[in-house]
Amino acid sequence: MNKNNSFLNRLFMVLVFVFLYAPIFLLIIFSFNAGNSNTVWKGFSLDWYQKLLRDRLIIQSVYTTLLVSLLSTAIATVAGTFAAIGFYAMRRKVREPLMTVNNIPMMNADIVTGVSLCLLFVAFFNGWGTFAAWFNSLGLFRLPTRLTMGFGTLLIAHITFNIPYVILSVGPKLRQMDKNLVDAAMDLGCTWMQAFWKVILPEIKPGIVSGALTAFTMSIDDFVISYFTAGSSASTLAMTIYGMTKKRVTPEINAISTLLFVTVLILLAIVNIREARQERLREKRLV
Amino acid sequence: MSKELIRLRNLCMVYDDEPVLNDINLYINDKEFLTLLGPSGCGKTTTLRIIGGFATPTSGDVLFDGVRINDVPPYQRQINTVFQKYALFPHLNVYENIAFGLRMQKRPDPSDPTGRKKVKIPEEEIHQRVMEMLEVISLKGFEHRKPDALSGGQQQRVAIARALVNRPKVLLLDEPLGALDLKLRKDMQIELKRIQQQVGITFIYVTHDQEEALTMSDTIVVMDKGSIQQIGTPEDIYNEPKNAFVADFIGESNIIDGIMVRDKLVQMYGRQFPCLDGGFDENEPVDVVIRPEDIDIVPVEQGQLVGTVTNVTFKGMQYDIIVDFRGFKWLIQTTDHSPVGARIGIKIDPDGIHVMKKSKYSGMFGDYSSFSEEYDELDDASLAPDEEESGDEE
Repeated sequence: MNKNNSFLNRLFMVLVFVFLYAPIFLLIIFSFNAGNSNTVWKGFSLDWYQKLLRDRLIIQSVYTTLLVSLLSTAIATVAGTFAAIGFYAMRRKVREPLMTVNNIPMMNADIVTGVSLCLLFVAFFNGWGTFAAWFNSLGLFRLPTRLTMGFGTLLIAHITFNIPYVILSVGPKLRQMDKNLVDAAMDLGCTWMQAFWKVILPEIKPGIVSGALTAFTMSIDDFVISYFTAGSSASTLAMTIYGMTKKRVTPEINAISTLLFVTVLILLAIVNIREARQERLREKRLV
Repeated sequence: MSKELIRLRNLCMVYDDEPVLNDINLYINDKEFLTLLGPSGCGKTTTLRIIGGFATPTSGDVLFDGVRINDVPPYQRQINTVFQKYALFPHLNVYENIAFGLRMQKRPDPSDPTGRKKVKIPEEEIHQRVMEMLEVISLKGFEHRKPDALSGGQQQRVAIARALVNRPKVLLLDEPLGALDLKLRKDMQIELKRIQQQVGITFIYVTHDQEEALTMSDTIVVMDKGSIQQIGTPEDIYNEPKNAFVADFIGESNIIDGIMVRDKLVQMYGRQFPCLDGGFDENEPVDVVIRPEDIDIVPVEQGQLVGTVTNVTFKGMQYDIIVDFRGFKWLIQTTDHSPVGARIGIKIDPDGIHVMKKSKYSGMFGDYSSFSEEYDELDDASLAPDEEESGDEE
């Protein structure tokens, strides 16, 4: 490789990074701008961040976002872990097509997932309306006839798109595990459930934690799927930001976006550092 | 030594429409060291897993002390297992690995007269028993090490201690020495035999290594293709193999087509040889086994047979020479050197000849035409980890 070539290489790399990160960099800088402008720098201030804390709409949506992320992560982690164990116990002929089915939602365009979930909920609510009307006519006790999308549907949607990430992160840990460990535990007096708590869980814990962190990250920064499934009564932070931009992109949006960006960045960094450390540990174990 | 402890009755196992075990019948005595010996895929590990309770036979019964235990889960059997590659719990240290089984146990409370209340084993007793086991396996001072900080041989011994601390009636060992190097394997063979005699319980041992089986066992069960080929003491199996498969699998054998002229007289290559076997029909076609070490080299004029040396390998204690007798190649082990191309005579004493009935294995083994390959294969077999019957693992 000659010098000229290596210069071009570097230039190309710099350009890639500029295009990737300049917008975010700009956004972060202007979130600290003293003035109202998104183009002219008028000095450093934390005004916009202070304003955020007083904005009830934003605080409410931060609360919604955290609640839906935490709940969906918790539920998806439990469900995904058991699903992964189920996959692990299957014969390969059955497992591989099912794993492909599991992976599709992650590749699938968010908008398709969002719209299809929305359709599902609407269809279900219609059916429910008919069922509830019939049930109420029996006169046992009353069921609500009209259900609408809101926090519940938002939560279900988040659980749905989180589960595959947990499965994907727990599965490899199970496969790395010595397949005789469960037999050994049962040989020494454990029932299957005791073997799960005492032997499988400690072995796959790193995978579960990574899966949960990934799921949480996905939940926090999801916009498209939430938009289609939250209805009008619940609003996540991403949705609120989107709503605010309809009027005008204020530096307040810069500030809240910066906070969201930093949160997700930290979470991703934790996930990656954990994975790198486990990789090293595993190599050490193999040596 | 003579009390029967385990009996397998008409055991059959089918995996994915593939028969893995065919009508296995076997009894195992108390305090016996029994080895299931055979090549990969012969069904020995499946048999062990059925005894341990990790696999359910398709048909047939497993009896323990006369009681049918087909449906008893592993955690309720008085049987413990040492797994291939040990399966130590990586997140627990040596002490906790060994104590694992004891912590799971509950037994009747001695202070409760009805005997219905169950209590855990007190911590002092656990400590004492774990320490005792560490003594048995000579690993005192290693209690706080994690398994991955131990050598293969040490992990092996921890796995044995983890099983034995529960005082099982039977210990199952699934190729426990497979991952160790040759020197360590030899030491561990002696160590295992010593431990078995010290604790005085039944060992059921699975291996594909015939030398291991001969060294340690009271009884050897030779298996192939899901069926038992022969059951006997190491001496029986070596000296009186039942068919060509057993003769070839245990040690080196020349297996020659012969005709049993009458009792104590067998004919090979058109010549008659006195032997000690009997009980065959007159002029019945048979397989004749001659061990390489039972053949004496003599001058051509005194030989019962005359052949040409085609290959000589120096083995330290002896020479392995390949001799061509009319197109059929024999292996002869001798301390005398004969150069390649030499014409030699051989003499076989009557007790060096073993006659077997014809079987489905006749003609498959015992010819040393492909001498060097056969040796390579044997070396590979002892090194390769046994992946048989592992289901559909990657």
